[in-house]
Amino acid sequence: MSHLDESVHGGRPRPTLGNILYSKTFRTIAAQAVMAVLVIMAGLYLYRNIIDNLNAQSIATGFGFLEQDAQFDIGETVIPYSATDTFGRAFLVGLLNTLTVSAAGIVLATILGFLVGFARVSSNWLLSKVATGYVEIVRNIPVILQVIFWAVVLRNLPNARDAIDLGGFVFLTNRGLSFPVPSADPVHEFMLLALAAGIILAIVGNRMARRHREKTGQYIDMLWPSVALVVGLPALVWLVGGAPTELSVPALKGFNFKGGATISPEFTALLVGISLYASGFIAEIVRAGLQATAKGQIEAARSIGLRPRFVMRYVVLPQALRVIVPPLTSQYVSLIKNSSIAVIVGYPDLVNIGNTVMNQTGQAVEAIAVMMLVYLTISLVTSTLMNFYNRLVAIKER
Amino acid sequence: MTHSLSAPKVAATVHTMEEFDPDAKLSFGEWAGKNLFNSIPQTILTVVVAACLLRFFWFVLNWGILDAVFYTTDPDVCRAATGACWAVIAEKHRPMLFGLYPYDQQWRLVVMMVIYLITVVVSLTPRFWNLKLLVPFWIVSVTSIFVMMFGGVFGMPFVPSTDWGGLPLTMILFSGTVLIGMPVAVLLALGRRSPLPVAKGFSVVFIEALRGVPLITILFVAVNVFPLFLPAGVEVNKLLRVVIGIAIFFACYQAEVIRGGLQAIPKGQYEAAASLNLTYWQTTTRIILPQALRISLPAITNHIIAAMKNTSFVIIIGLFDILTATTAVMQDPLWRRYYIEAYLFVAAIYLFFGYSLSLYARQVEKWINTGRI
Repeated sequence: MSHLDESVHGGRPRPTLGNILYSKTFRTIAAQAVMAVLVIMAGLYLYRNIIDNLNAQSIATGFGFLEQDAQFDIGETVIPYSATDTFGRAFLVGLLNTLTVSAAGIVLATILGFLVGFARVSSNWLLSKVATGYVEIVRNIPVILQVIFWAVVLRNLPNARDAIDLGGFVFLTNRGLSFPVPSADPVHEFMLLALAAGIILAIVGNRMARRHREKTGQYIDMLWPSVALVVGLPALVWLVGGAPTELSVPALKGFNFKGGATISPEFTALLVGISLYASGFIAEIVRAGLQATAKGQIEAARSIGLRPRFVMRYVVLPQALRVIVPPLTSQYVSLIKNSSIAVIVGYPDLVNIGNTVMNQTGQAVEAIAVMMLVYLTISLVTSTLMNFYNRLVAIKER
Repeated sequence: MTHSLSAPKVAATVHTMEEFDPDAKLSFGEWAGKNLFNSIPQTILTVVVAACLLRFFWFVLNWGILDAVFYTTDPDVCRAATGACWAVIAEKHRPMLFGLYPYDQQWRLVVMMVIYLITVVVSLTPRFWNLKLLVPFWIVSVTSIFVMMFGGVFGMPFVPSTDWGGLPLTMILFSGTVLIGMPVAVLLALGRRSPLPVAKGFSVVFIEALRGVPLITILFVAVNVFPLFLPAGVEVNKLLRVVIGIAIFFACYQAEVIRGGLQAIPKGQYEAAASLNLTYWQTTTRIILPQALRISLPAITNHIIAAMKNTSFVIIIGLFDILTATTAVMQDPLWRRYYIEAYLFVAAIYLFFGYSLSLYARQVEKWINTGRI
């Protein structure tokens, strides 16, 4: 746009109308003003149309319907819910289901992805080829096809009478996966507390060991003490609490299993589908991260006699995590968004319930707006949390 | 990667400088010793993995080939067999591949797919990259594709787009997404890098808002909300609305990739263009974009492949693409037991097209690196 400044003579523009019209500043402002007016006018036009159309079809507007009775049932709920509750609560149930399946999916996909990623860079040729094959297959088949596939597989399992028996305690049927859980006991709550205490103590212990190392140069191996704290404390509480061993085991009663815990086939299909799909991408991210550490650094670390575990812990991982965490964040966000295909297998997530609400009330605009806003919020919160973690692992310039 | 991250290896034999030749060809025994059996844990790992793999391939061989039924029209024959029933594909391939399209007119879809594939192959071959040649070719091929799909001329009955389905629909969704999405993506990326605050702000909000929501909600908007935005009496074809929805979603991701390419262009390029007195659009289309698109090509192809996979989301709004058609066909009580074979067939189609695209992308990168394009 340099030719727009031709009006400048000897550094001082003559303030005529022509010069003002042709000046860069004026043009920039004018172009943007036109753009803004066009966007606003288009928005107003669409808004007027939608109001007219909704009036013509006599569909209510606004979010008042969130207070009305939902009058439909939901198969799986985290919080108590019945058909007499409001649409607002139905949305909340859906949101909690979305969060449940996403959280489980993130854990599963991360574990699988890291295992396969490490296998990809293994010095064992066979293992790395198998891992490559896995990655190529799960990444290149549409996630929705994978979810539908697992859903059909689970639906075609035998019914409870001919359940697939996995070791006498775990049963796989077309109603889901049933497995034993410990019978409710007050000790469990204390064990949870002990677990939290163990984790905190382990972190504090590691901090202290590091500070000691940085001050004196003496290395204290905290690996086994940490494991002892995290596993041992809850176990100790369990023993002190009288070691309750009673299990609630699933048993065939009539047409279904009673007792134990059951994961529904809808949940399982969705979880397995989105986790396997994401694990392929995570494996590639992990591989790239591990390979980002220059070979010379690993050789140097070994040549000064570091144990392999320490080469991993102090040389490879700190550098790999810097490369891994940012793309991992977008994979997590993408997994959460992929959980929205739950509607296809009938798992009552946010979109599935939003869809039902949309059909019952006819208020498509509001129902979709609720879904979009909730997902935007989840995406933003996830990115913020992961960015916070990223700041922890990022290069600390001193 | 032959380098181990896991175990320290003290070299068993010490090479002198003369002996050591990193490029020397290894015999199979040496290679296996180095990559499969170089320590006891590695050997155990190799044996375990090999055993699992053999078991798996043994099962695939028995189930998929030896005990399988390849052709029959009688589902009872499949029921008697212990292996796969590939006959389900022979029996059901027409509704799976062509969906709800009128049965006696499905030859038109075969013609359409042939034209489509020829068009794609020609358009992707550098020898034909000459607009004087390509533009008339595109006009002819796109017209004939739509003539074949819609009909209504030359004695072919009219078929409304609501009856389109199967693989041709997947192809149309995918091409529509990329053809509409790429220009929008470039505009959004330029907008985000624009010095004009209004253009920049609009692009940032648009891109970030759409990237934060799932594709399904955008499809819901396209199907349920978009008609409400139009004045009474005006209607836009559902298929078109869906294509535009997927395309805009695709464009938001692609815009971020292209922005990465734009950011990689050194400032000197802009300054050189300004010193030649080029205008903004001249600079953009002749200097900046050609370089930026080349730089971001690998990531662009990744998103194009993802766009192909994402077309399968239309099952949720009831468009009959190949996945929806297959799911519907598999409701047939006689053949529904063989859903695994049917879905493997669909997965193989997606894998084939995805793999072809990534092979082509690798070729283009090679052309770029050798300065051919």
